[in-house]
Amino acid sequence: MRYESQRVAMPYFIFALILFAGQIVFGLVLGLQYVVGDFLFPEIPFNVARMVHTNLLIVWLLFGFMGATYYLVPEEAQTELYSPLLAWILFWVFAVAGTLTILGYLLVDYATLADVTMNKLLPTMGREFLEQPTITKIGIAIVAVGFLFNILMTALKGRKTVVNIVLVTGLVGLAALWLFSFYNPSNLTLDKYFWWFVVHLWVEGVWELIMGAILAYVLIKITGVDREVIEKWLYVIIAMALISGIIGTGHHFFWIGPPEYWLWLGSVFSAIEPLPFFMMVLFAFNMINRRRRNHPNKAAMLWAMGTAVMAFLGAGVWGFLHTLAPVNYYTHGSQITAAHGHMAFYGAYVMIVLTIISYAMPIMRGRPYGNSNTAQVLEMWGFWLMTISMVFITLFLTGAGILQVWLQRIPESGQALSFMATQDNISLFYWMRLVAGCFFLGGLAVYFSSFFIKGQASPAEEVRGPATEDA
Amino acid sequence: MAERFTKSMARNIYLGGSAFFVLLFLALTFDTQSRAMPERDNRDQITEQVVRGKHVWEENNCIGCHTLMGEGAYFAPELANVFDRRGAGDSEVFKSFMNAWMNAMPTNVPGRRQMPQFNLTDQEIEDLAEFLEWTSKIDDNNWPPNIEG
Ligand code: HEM
Ligand code: HEM
Ligand SMILES: [Fe+2]
Repeated sequence: MRYESQRVAMPYFIFALILFAGQIVFGLVLGLQYVVGDFLFPEIPFNVARMVHTNLLIVWLLFGFMGATYYLVPEEAQTELYSPLLAWILFWVFAVAGTLTILGYLLVDYATLADVTMNKLLPTMGREFLEQPTITKIGIAIVAVGFLFNILMTALKGRKTVVNIVLVTGLVGLAALWLFSFYNPSNLTLDKYFWWFVVHLWVEGVWELIMGAILAYVLIKITGVDREVIEKWLYVIIAMALISGIIGTGHHFFWIGPPEYWLWLGSVFSAIEPLPFFMMVLFAFNMINRRRRNHPNKAAMLWAMGTAVMAFLGAGVWGFLHTLAPVNYYTHGSQITAAHGHMAFYGAYVMIVLTIISYAMPIMRGRPYGNSNTAQVLEMWGFWLMTISMVFITLFLTGAGILQVWLQRIPESGQALSFMATQDNISLFYWMRLVAGCFFLGGLAVYFSSFFIKGQASPAEEVRGPATEDA
Repeated sequence: MAERFTKSMARNIYLGGSAFFVLLFLALTFDTQSRAMPERDNRDQITEQVVRGKHVWEENNCIGCHTLMGEGAYFAPELANVFDRRGAGDSEVFKSFMNAWMNAMPTNVPGRRQMPQFNLTDQEIEDLAEFLEWTSKIDDNNWPPNIEG
């Protein structure tokens, strides 16, 4: 760590990980409610637990992205952060607002929450992923503006690397698209159309820029490969992401009102969307094969390869599986969607945040070459347990989804099973998903425990080649 | 990547490509919204009741369990076509179904998935019914495949 101010990343990472744990606990509540329908009812109905699960996910990923940005932008720009104080203030604002919102979900019923937060004045609540009270949404926008100001002032006064430019572009896009969360027209078809400007254009647009930039940064650090090469790859990847992903939004316009030409546009362009994810796999493995150093932080390298592979599987392969209109006609809004959503979010965005944490956290804790071997072994156990559990969660949900389509969607009206009857028929898959979810929680516990092992790796463990000048 | 393919070429593809597709997307959005959608979503039939019904839908977070046009949660049945499924295409039948249904919740059948009691007024339930009826008539390229949603 070259600059003292990079250290503000620390609280962001720690808080992100705490929320991650909360997300998983509520995931297990949901998983249990799927099979024991009245579990925790009426104290925590399914919709409440689901909001907590998905909103915690989004918020902790945002904390992770911000931590990553505070860590890497000063180092790339070769200058101290413009205002560490502002970063700290915004941390507390966001942490408190986030916590209050989650408590609001859990302690007050939703209609009351809408009432006391004056949703009537500017109704934005009650839409999937955008359940936050309007004041929370405004809070997020304000935090984003302060954050971007701080980052831009830092990036502009220093060296302008491609990593920084791409990362900042992604973050500006993230904040700009957030504004669509305030647009909630009374015409449902319009509401839905522009809802995707937040949801799809985030995960299949600007977030890919953020992911690409973080991955590129970590690869520069741990492989010592020439920056020029890495930057070229980064440009090609994000070019493919936006060229395919923007019109690819059309894969959500098939059945919500827009005209038929979207069946073609959405199918064709989103079918290209796996490409940038595939290129990230080639990118990560190529750079690691061509490495000019063997960084002693093996765990970080494992995460970097893992995120590329799992993002390709979850977003690329599982996305392609149901993205062509004739297939999506049957799978739309089924457990197939849930299977894909889980692996894609985990592979691309959970794992990229865990990658930068794995690389940066030891350095911020005064262990420039990484954690001790024992800690790394434990962390890698956490990696494998969580990742393999997620693969099984995805497979079981895919099984459930295929059966759901078979029983409920394909037969003619009259022959088809009802939704509820279908759910009863496929409950075995939900039980197995729940078991896999418990293993995921176990993996998370192992991962957390790796943070409590003392000791650090030494430069002597660098097997081949000298450390590059910025370790 | 080959040496002849330089970083600045890569950057130009990124800048040119994304600018082009952003503009194309905006143009398509304009066409969709201004030309195609008014016909398909029957926006002239969005009455005040439909608007109020949408707010009832949102303020009780129905989307947290149900899908609506295939979007939402997958815990409970699709509701964009519930008017056809339970109302047999008749507004009055559907309204009385909705009234009975909302007031009968939760079923309290042990182990079964439970829908909460939202304590809606008769007026709010009627608004919801109007909203769902309007929703069921949007031209959505014939989704879902059958009545079960
Ligand atoms: C990391 C990137 C991605 C993430 C995090 C992600 C996540 C998600 C999530 C959470 C949903 C469900 C949205 C809802 O609740 O309605 C979804 C839907 C969908 N995704 Fe992705 N996705 C990603 C990339 C992709 C890619 C690359 C493709 C195509 C190749 C794709 C195809 C789809 C399709 C077709 C749907 C709609 C499913 C339906 O009709 O129900 N996704 N995605
Ligand atoms: C113990 C592990 C987990 C379990 C048991 C679990 C369970 C669930 C359940 C039951 C739902 C609701 C599905 C519905 O609407 O009917 C859900 C939604 C969701 N979960 Fe998880 N989850 C787990 C971990 C995760 C992780 C690690 C992530 C992120 C990487 C994640 C991301 C999501 C997303 C994005 C949705 C919304 C999906 C959509 O709209 O398609 N979950 N989860
Ligand atoms: Fe998408």
